[in-house]
Parts: sequence; C-alpha cells; structure tokens
Amino acid sequence: MPGVRQIRSRTVALPATNIDTDQIIPARFLTSTSKAGFGKHLFADWRYDADGNPKADFALNREEARGAAILVAGRNIGCGSSREHAAWALLDFGFQAVISTEFADIFRTNSLKNSLLPVVVDEKTHAWLLAHPDAEISIDVENTTLTLPDGTQVKFPLEGFARYCLLNGIDELGFLLSQNAAIASYEQSRR
Amino acid sequence: MPKTMFEKVWNDHVVVPETADTPAVLFIDLHLTHEVTTPQAYTELRTRGIRLRRPDLTLATMDHSTPTRTEQVFGGVPIAVDSAAKQVRQLEINTKEFGVELFNLQDSRRGIVHIIGPELGITQPGKTIVCGDSHTSTHGAFGALAFGIGTTEVGHVLATQCLLQRRPKTFAINVINALPRGVTAKDLILAIIGKIGVSGGTGYVLEFRGPAIERLSMDERMTICNMSIEAGARAGMIAPDATTFEYLKDTPRAPKGAAWDEAVARWSKLPSDPGAQFDRSIDIDAATLSPMVTYGTHPGMVAPVTGAVPAQGDAVFEKALKYMGLKAGEQISNVPVNNVFVGSCTNGRLSDLRNAARVLRGHKLAQGVKMLVVPGSQAVKRAAEAEGLDKVFLDAGAEWRESGCSMCLGMNGDLVPTGHYSISTSNRNFEGRQGQGARTLLASPETAAASAIRGRVTDPREFQN
Repeated sequence: MPGVRQIRSRTVALPATNIDTDQIIPARFLTSTSKAGFGKHLFADWRYDADGNPKADFALNREEARGAAILVAGRNIGCGSSREHAAWALLDFGFQAVISTEFADIFRTNSLKNSLLPVVVDEKTHAWLLAHPDAEISIDVENTTLTLPDGTQVKFPLEGFARYCLLNGIDELGFLLSQNAAIASYEQSRR
Repeated sequence: MPKTMFEKVWNDHVVVPETADTPAVLFIDLHLTHEVTTPQAYTELRTRGIRLRRPDLTLATMDHSTPTRTEQVFGGVPIAVDSAAKQVRQLEINTKEFGVELFNLQDSRRGIVHIIGPELGITQPGKTIVCGDSHTSTHGAFGALAFGIGTTEVGHVLATQCLLQRRPKTFAINVINALPRGVTAKDLILAIIGKIGVSGGTGYVLEFRGPAIERLSMDERMTICNMSIEAGARAGMIAPDATTFEYLKDTPRAPKGAAWDEAVARWSKLPSDPGAQFDRSIDIDAATLSPMVTYGTHPGMVAPVTGAVPAQGDAVFEKALKYMGLKAGEQISNVPVNNVFVGSCTNGRLSDLRNAARVLRGHKLAQGVKMLVVPGSQAVKRAAEAEGLDKVFLDAGAEWRESGCSMCLGMNGDLVPTGHYSISTSNRNFEGRQGQGARTLLASPETAAASAIRGRVTDPREFQN
C-alpha cells in the first residue's frame, strides 16, 4: 500500500447530506470480483442520464472537476451498506481524500484501509469549502492539518494508528499477522 | 464496577488491549460470508500465500446476487445475470480451495446470511460475529456483539480470525410501556430512527432495553437490531433471556446436553449490570406509537401511517420529496402503491410472512399492483409452505419465490420499475435502492399487505379482526 503524506488539489463539492454508499456505487455494479474499474460507475445514477450520457449539471462532470483529488461532501457521508466498493470507486476515479463534518463508521474504516483519507472538519470550514468548489487546498497527514487558499490552517482528527499506517504505507494485515503468538495463546485459553 | 453487556462481550474477546498507539486486537467467534463482499479478500489471501486461519468459525452462503426464480435455482436454467453467475461460481471455487463450509444455491439450508445464522443456532449470546454486510447487526438480538465490515476486514478475519478495533461508545435505548395492538417491531425501529436520526448512533453500540423490548419475540428483536445501522450504529444488542434460550434450544448447532446448561448459565450473566453506565441514553414510549411508513430517501424520513409528510424542510428534504414525487403536507395514506415487496433480513422470517398473510387472506391485490414475497431462507420457505402461507399469497395474486436478498437491493435483477412506488418490508429507501428511479416506502409486513389490497398506503389496523 502506498504511503500518503501530502495531498494538494482542487476540490469538488457535493453538498448533499447523508450520501449513502448506494449512491456512491449502486448495487448493480457489485457483481465484479475485482477491485478495479469502479471509477466509471462512481455516482452512476447522479452522473449519467437514462441514456448513459453525463449530466452537465452534476459536479463531477464539470470541466473544473477534472483531476480534482479532494471531494467535499455534506454531513454523514457513506451511510448505509458496508460495500468497500464505495471507497474503491472514489479512489479509482482519482479521489485521495474526502472532507465532511461527519462520516459513517464503516465507510470511514473502509476508506482508511485503502489510503482514502477521511477528513472531519468543523461546520465553519465545511461551509466555506462547500461555498468555494474548485478551491485549491492542501492536506498534511503528518501534522493532521488542512490549509485553505488564504493560508488558514485547520486541524483534523485522525486516529493514531491509522495515521501511522497511512504515512508509512503499512497494511494492517501485516500488523495483525505479527500478533500470531498472542492470537494463538488466546485461542488456547478458550479451548 | 457494574458493566454493560457490550463491555462484557468486548472484554471477553480482547486478544491484545488497545493503547494510545494501537487499536485492540479483537477475536471473532463467527465469520459469516457471502458471494459479494468476499472475492477480493480471497484474492488477497491467495496473492500473499496466506491460509485461512479458522475454517471452523467461518460459514459461507449465497444470497445477494442469487436468483429467486425456482427454474434458475433448481431447474437448471442459467442464472439470468451473467456477472452474478460468475460471482456465485467464484464463491464455490474460493470456499473449496480454502476449506470453508458453503451452502450453495441448491442447499436446503441456504438463505440470507442473517436469517440462517440464528436458524442454525450458530448465532449465540456473548459471541463476536462479523460479516461483510452492514445488517450483521441483526445477530445482536441474541446478546452477541455483531457488526458489518468491509472486504479488507473480511480478509483480516479470514487470515487471523481477528480485527483491529477501537472500542465504541454505548447508547441505551429504553423502550418503556408496551406496543399497542397492531403496531409492530418494524414500526418501533422506524420510530427510533426517526427520533435519533440516521447518524444518531454513529460511533455507538446500541442496547435496546426496557419492558417493550423484553416482550418481543426473537424474530421481532432481530427486526429491531437489524436496522441499528440505519441509525448509524454498527451494532445493536438486546439482553439474552428465557425467550432467547427457548429460541436457540432445539436449533441444529446449539450446544446440547450438559454443554447447553453450561452455556445458559454463562449467557445468563451477560445482561448489563444494574447501575451500568451508558455514554448516552434516551427513552421511547412504545404506547404512543402507530404503524410507521417512510416518505423520503433515508429511513429517518418517516411518519405515522395516519399522518402526513412534514409541511416543510431544508433543501435536502425538498430534493428527497421531488425524487419521491410527493408534496409537503400530503397525507401518507394518499400515496399510491404499484409494487409490494415482502422479504429481506429485516422482515423475511416466518412470523413476518404469517403477519402479511393474516392481513392478505381472502383478499386480492388491487388492480395493477405487483407483489413479490421472498422468504428469508429455504427453511422459512418450507415452513411457510407447510402451513399454507404460499397459497394465501398466490391466491391474492402475489409471486412466491426462492429465498435471497432479492428486491431489497435488486442485485439479482428483481427490480422495481422507474417511478413506481414500492412499499417494502426491507431496510433502505435510498434513491435507486430497489431499481433506478424506484420510490421505496419502508413499512411492516402488515402495512405492506394492507397497502397491496388497497393500492395505496393503508393502515393495517383497518384489517384487524
């Protein structure tokens, strides 16, 4: 897994609250057995019309959105289904971070496991970001700060172990496997 | 120090305690798996040359993308959706290679993963249970700590039987008094979600408690815990009691003989101690509730069947109403119904089918209404047929299918047409959940059946006798 230290990009804003994972990646695309290729189906029902053509007024289809790596979403993004395909779709599309005031638990966990950074910000910063789509901002994982275009720095919470894994590109399975002796001892105690 | 039920189960499964730097290593007693959220995890194990640590604690079934048409399940007719057929085959390959017990498409024990765990008796009080599915919270009805995980974590459990977890907070939902006649567990959980909101439980494990909860059957308790995730909580729990033990006693894989007595003694110590502290708590008065129906595009947008869509809301509310084709202030009972779905891990158990059939018996579907009844498991299907419930549905004009997730999420091609109103006993009314442009109204099996008869949302108490 690649390490993540700095993300610097324009933002794309989707102000809707409670964006569920069925919107991020509809269930009809979940029959794939690989992690690749979900980006083209990201937000499929919001992004394309009935004939499969991009809807001009959808934020991700705007010319300014091209190449943006940071998604600013309304409160409680990622609620609903546990499908990790939602994180895979966002990453495959090109996003490296998602900013909101609140993340659903499973989506937040799935994102971190794939080095997609969930950034929780306060209401004021959130409101500014939603009002300024296309803003160029930077995110520093090591110092857990987000820097707005005017230089204002905002701290964000990031669980210590997740931060360590992100920075060093450590995959948690490797860490868990290294706990084998403790796991074996626990199993023994319960036989 | 008095402990909550959650703390007792959590403490009992800590392999390595959490520190400021690292989360706890938590042991998992039961890993339920299915075809949709496991293939990439098996690929990871294969690529890294890792064996599956505890096949004895792992069970696989097929439910999400499987067909419900009998000819495709048993008749040798190919599964209509090609990619779904491939996914089903992949699960057969993976479980064979890694030595996992699989209930394949024709297995008489197959069903929705959250229905078959309890049926088999492998869902037990005090266990930690996970599955790559958010409705794993269902199993909390037995006093288990059960929650949904993503595919990376599925791989962690396959490889190590453990997960890295920070300890969540606890939230007591005290439900006082009793549900009035004609008001169901589904109505109660919808009312709770309406009250605390779709993110009200984020970061918490819910404990549903109080006199109204103690009176519920296991099927009803599962309906409650199932939708904990719709309030944002990964897990919901209910204390095990005589009702729990009675349900489990004769299930195929419950402990037997002396082991049963020992298990009951152990399980009886699980309920939260008097005076145990929860991080948050609220009271809900069950006696004040009515049958509930959702009108919007998340489960928190819910109103009594006797009520109306709220008069006004924010931009998100307006967007949801536009999608649903409803007006602010409109009577809920005014909403037309084109499609009825009875089934899912929320309401696909035998008692749910009985409740829908009781309302429907002797009636026909309203003109133009289509109704699909999908049992939660093959065992539920057989039991329902043994008491003639299939005839009640078929006589009314409904379709009677093989088990699976089906129209709850429409992965298998069981879809609601664009623009149609679907009253559904499932758990999510998100945009497009049951098909692109489908308009879902969540309700109990009784309300769904009553609405099928009238062709509009109907209070099931009108059919009470």
